[in-house]
Amino acid sequence: MAVKTYIEAIREALWQAMERDPGVFVLGEDVGRRGGVFRATAGLLERFGERRVVDTPLAESAIVGVAIGAAAYGLRPVAEIQFADFIYPATNQIVNEAAKIRYRSNGAWSVPLVIRAPYGGGVHGALYHSQSVEKAFTGHPGLRVVTPSNPYDAKGLLLAAIFSDDPVLFLEHKKLYRLAKGEVPEDFYTVPLDRARTVREGDDVTVIAYGLMVPYALEAAERLAREEGIEATVLDLVTLYPLDRAAIVEAARRTGKVLIVHEDNGEGGVGGEVAAVIAETALFDLDAPIRRLTGPDVPAMPYSPPLEAWFMPSVERIAAAMRELARF
Amino acid sequence: MDHRAAGLTDAEAIRMYRTMLLARRLDERQWLLNRAGKLPFVISCQGHEAAQVGAGFALKPGVDFVLPYYRDLALVLALGVTSEAVMLAAFARADDPASGGRQMPNHFSDRRLRIFTQSSPTGTQIPHAVGFAWAARYTGEPFVAFVSFGDGTSNQGDFHEGLNFAGVFRLPVIAFVENNRYAISVPLERQIASPDVASRAQSYGMAGVKVDGRDPFAVYRVVREARERALAGEGGTLIEADVMRLTPHSSDDDDRTYRSREEVEALRQADPVARVRAYLLEQALLDAAALEALEAEVAAEVDRATAAAEAAPLPDPATAMRHVYAEAPERPGASTDRWGGAGGKGPEGWTEPAPAGGGTDGGR
Repeated sequence: MAVKTYIEAIREALWQAMERDPGVFVLGEDVGRRGGVFRATAGLLERFGERRVVDTPLAESAIVGVAIGAAAYGLRPVAEIQFADFIYPATNQIVNEAAKIRYRSNGAWSVPLVIRAPYGGGVHGALYHSQSVEKAFTGHPGLRVVTPSNPYDAKGLLLAAIFSDDPVLFLEHKKLYRLAKGEVPEDFYTVPLDRARTVREGDDVTVIAYGLMVPYALEAAERLAREEGIEATVLDLVTLYPLDRAAIVEAARRTGKVLIVHEDNGEGGVGGEVAAVIAETALFDLDAPIRRLTGPDVPAMPYSPPLEAWFMPSVERIAAAMRELARF
Repeated sequence: MDHRAAGLTDAEAIRMYRTMLLARRLDERQWLLNRAGKLPFVISCQGHEAAQVGAGFALKPGVDFVLPYYRDLALVLALGVTSEAVMLAAFARADDPASGGRQMPNHFSDRRLRIFTQSSPTGTQIPHAVGFAWAARYTGEPFVAFVSFGDGTSNQGDFHEGLNFAGVFRLPVIAFVENNRYAISVPLERQIASPDVASRAQSYGMAGVKVDGRDPFAVYRVVREARERALAGEGGTLIEADVMRLTPHSSDDDDRTYRSREEVEALRQADPVARVRAYLLEQALLDAAALEALEAEVAAEVDRATAAAEAAPLPDPATAMRHVYAEAPERPGASTDRWGGAGGKGPEGWTEPAPAGGGTDGGR
């Protein structure tokens, strides 16, 4: 099995989906001749032509809205929003249209649409190239929001999203694009859109995370195991909406001590809902208060290196929070 | 305009009038039922019927994708939606084919007739129409996407983003503005700074056409011509039909607070339904007795639809969790099983779009 980067896995998924199904096409800003500003669609134009690799006008609401029409017809568009920070002009099309079309038509119409959006910070992107937008898009029944934390999931989840009959917001962490490497099967496979994944098992403390925070949590867990004998369970949420409640409760029960980590702001973030699921279902299995380690509640990530470092949860801070919980 | 000059037979002209009349009577009945406390909400097509029926008769039902808005009762009747379906939606019954009683009335949807489901924020359907037109280009299936909306909606970002996208790719879209000069209470002068909506077509490299929306035959002709241009690969058309709103915005509105009774009375004098009725008499297509018989027939249809809908069951709350997500498992495979059988030529039918900007007059 070949070792690939996260972005190579995404590119391979797009390629295989387009090979497999003539109704799959990609559209967005700079996805054609440029191959995407992150090169996620590099080579697709040469292989599949302008009909299926579409450089669109710079207009996010149209990118999503046109994709909705094409999807309702029966095609399988994969729309790219260049940076998640730029997705808000399309919010109405995503949450008021795509998410509600099946429900409002009593099942008559569906929107098999994928919206890919690079998100997250730690890449010197400042306020408008670093955002975690998930809290704006979770909590809208009808829409799925997923994010892979490694190359294997990146490929399998994207293939599952493309061939799902539901609209899926597919969030790709920018810092993982080239940082994350791992074995990726050549063959077509899918990773379920509605399942969290236990990526490490241990009995002392549970970390629940997603995206870039998963490899950070794993590194912190390995360090604590090696240096202090603290063994952690790490749950990768994978799906941010709807949540895999059963997996969350099981992971919480296993250790009775839960740390939730995300880069998005704390208040109103996904972590609050995860904590509520645990509180509703497994409160009496807890041995310590649920703890959240998140991006601070400032509007967005500042640019200057010390300010950016202040914002980002780090391996060190995650390890410190885990240690505190383990000792509670 | 003479219906024959528009390319319509006598029988078609009569059917168009019947559809206008049916829309008017269904609409009026809903107001009565609202005032009687039986329907929570009504939104009207009154004054728009001629434009809508003209457009509907120029389209190919079940072939063209149609993205209407909440005033388009006469349009959807012209496309084949039944009176009973309209009343089932008005009464929010389980068998409402548009939404199973989930949406407010006049949020039309009929998959078989290719009428796409709509929301209430205005203009969102314009990019969707462009997406359907994109699919026509993509698959080679010969159809157009027809999208309608009011004059106020021509200010929305989705109007600009959608039509610009259509123009850049010369997609087969017909954008149909039903200009009744009001967005609820705000008049046209507060809505647009341009002299009219049609002239905005110039920005999108597409034809812009103004038409008398009280004349169903004139509207039929311009929509038919726009359809032919679209199917010939000549791109989209923005059509502005001048219509009138004879009622308040909706049953929850009171237009006495922002327009005079004299203004409304003057509109009533120019009512398009009465105008077409007079035309049929003058052209001797129908005599007074035949018109009276038609009235009776339409009234009976409205009565039947009302009674059937009122007697139909309400939705069961046990069904309210359905259709949030797909109920069938994922099925990786070719999406051609969804569209390949729909008459499309498949991907080989693709033709690269011609560059935008040339060959349109951008005016009238």
